Amino acid sequence: MIAVFMETRDGKIKKSSLEALSEAKRRAAELGGQAVAVLVGSGVEGLGSGSFAAGADGVYVLDSPALADYSAQGYALALAEWAAEARPAAVLFAATAMGRDLAPRVAARLGVGLVSDCTGVAVMNGKLEFTRPIYAGKAVLTCSLRSSPQLATLRPNVFPLGEAVPGAGEVVRKDVVVPDGAVKGRVTEVLKEESCEIDVTEAEVIVSGGRGLKGPENFALLRELAALFPRSAVGASRSAVDSGWIGHQHQVGQTGKTVSPSLYFAVGVSGAIQHLAGMSSSKVIVAVNKDPEAPIFKVADYGIVGDLFQVVPLLAQELKKALAE
Amino acid sequence: MNILVFIKRVPDTESKIRIRHETKAIVEEGLNFVISPYDEFAIEEALRLREAHGGVVRVVSAGKDESVAVLRKSLAMGADEAFLIKDAAPETYDGLRTARMIARAVERKFPGTDLLLFGKQSVGADNSQVPAMVAELLGLPQATVVTKLEVAHGAATACREIEGGAEKVALSLPAVVSAQKGLNEPRYETLKGIMAAKKKDIPVVTLEELGFGADDLAPQVEITGLDVPAARQSGKVLQGDPADTARELVALLRNEAKVV
Ligand SMILES: Cc1cc2nc3c(=O)[nH]c(=O)nc-3n(C[C@H](O)[C@H](O)[C@H](O)COP(=O)(O)OP(=O)(O)OC[C@H]3O[C@@H](n4cnc5c(N)ncnc54)[C@H](O)[C@@H]3O)c2cc1C
Ligand SMILES: Nc1ncnc2c1ncn2[C@@H]1O[C@H](COP(=O)(O)O)[C@@H](O)[C@H]1O
Repeated sequence: MIAVFMETRDGKIKKSSLEALSEAKRRAAELGGQAVAVLVGSGVEGLGSGSFAAGADGVYVLDSPALADYSAQGYALALAEWAAEARPAAVLFAATAMGRDLAPRVAARLGVGLVSDCTGVAVMNGKLEFTRPIYAGKAVLTCSLRSSPQLATLRPNVFPLGEAVPGAGEVVRKDVVVPDGAVKGRVTEVLKEESCEIDVTEAEVIVSGGRGLKGPENFALLRELAALFPRSAVGASRSAVDSGWIGHQHQVGQTGKTVSPSLYFAVGVSGAIQHLAGMSSSKVIVAVNKDPEAPIFKVADYGIVGDLFQVVPLLAQELKKALAE
Repeated sequence: MNILVFIKRVPDTESKIRIRHETKAIVEEGLNFVISPYDEFAIEEALRLREAHGGVVRVVSAGKDESVAVLRKSLAMGADEAFLIKDAAPETYDGLRTARMIARAVERKFPGTDLLLFGKQSVGADNSQVPAMVAELLGLPQATVVTKLEVAHGAATACREIEGGAEKVALSLPAVVSAQKGLNEPRYETLKGIMAAKKKDIPVVTLEELGFGADDLAPQVEITGLDVPAARQSGKVLQGDPADTARELVALLRNEAKVV
């Protein structure tokens, strides 16, 4: 059995958790086992059926009023207790802010190893074999875990969503006892970034700008281009962020976010190694740069050599036409 | 306030990474090693907290003898004391292994610590595991990927980055906090600091002292392969009239890449 922790935010299951569940389903089929979803919270049973859409064979709901708000300590306690009893072969998490916060805690509680931010999962000798970029994508590690359950976090936007299964399985509810004083840290407030469309890590299309944009006002050009696509976001190089043109939340790269959208536009971005670290697992990369020698062209699938202030509006116009067809 | 900061020695981010396939390890010769960049934010935050509240800043690194250099740099930045947990093992990419050494050192060597500061991830291994694992092993609360930290009266409030915003976390002390860029601007070493750091002793903590036997720290991660990434095929670069290239690009995205 491969279990997947289903992250919920604002009463919805995250897409990246459904991606992880879809991958669990594919690997479980290879191993001849089941893929189950595990929800943690208070009164979240209703969300269980959502997991079947990604092919879950069953859903476990770990419930306690003490788990109404996310806390790494409380959630780790619930998951580790469940895993010790249910004995899954593996537990997968999405490598999101919550998944990265929680998975290592669960691993330590169970005394097992963890593989972070995987971009590939295979089955080898009855175990999972994980692939992940290290050294900011300059090397690729494949590894397995000697300990059980095998724990891993999976990079969002990398694993395709599976098909919904008709005749969904069972939702099993377990009450969790969280002892008084066991949770010494908790989330007191969630602050949404104003006007934040969607986070770069979750976007399917990203339009990123660099120093070539020359000033904050010109990010409007990129926003127009991004707005043509659903689930899109505006990204930025560190130079643009450090110049104060756009918030740090938008930074892509080694000290920013790691993204893997279906389509990544790098506009006026030179393609420094630290920027590439964050975006080179994008499926299709498009570069717009006036310098034909810019390193970004070495990784781009498509590039235009030209002045972004001319090219981007024309590109937006052409895309609008194409998308309207 | 007694503050512990954990730092790791890593190849600098500009490094060209080469791989020795026989040992499934990177080639370390010729690389320039530095304090993992996020750990510098952790050091800086510790120094600022000491300036505000008084106390002691101790910096700890687990690794080979060479890690003394990054510890010395932390002393030059202003840390009071530095310690090396001597571990001769090559990189294992196993966060739990490191976390167990650190947690044990905290228990045995540094009782009475109020705050444990880390980087959000060690560049290279890029694991983001050790801080939360140490927190769990010690039964402490945590806030990871923190861009703002306030400490007062035995408690802390941290802002951590999440998708599309931030989360405020209230923690009782002692607690684990991992630093993200944005928390502060790390200071440079001063000449005076560098001179003083040269004279300081950096005590070594052995794994035996921490009660680990020969097999206790066997890694759980089994490396099956280490390679350079498949090079992306060099793509099509369009030059010429902007209107033509824009039209051509959209046609390619639609008909060839099939993303539009
Ligand atoms: C430890 C460390 C961590 C780092 N982390 C990150 C990170 O997370 N993310 C990141 O991005 N960087 C990071 N960097 C910085 C990185 O090294 C580069 O400095 C940065 O990415 C450069 O940003 P840029 O491409 O916007 O600017 P530049 O390198 O200045 O490039 C600007 C580009 O715009 C082009 N251009 C200018 N005008 C036009 C025009 N009118 N039309 C078309 N093109 C034009 C130029 O030809 C040039 O290629 C890090 C550096 C270090 C040392
Ligand atoms: N060998 C080590 N010695 C001391 N601190 C470490 C070591 N490895 C990791 N850390 C700390 O844990 C943080 C996260 O590392 P990682 O889990 O490897 O991404 C780092 O930024 C350091 O603060």
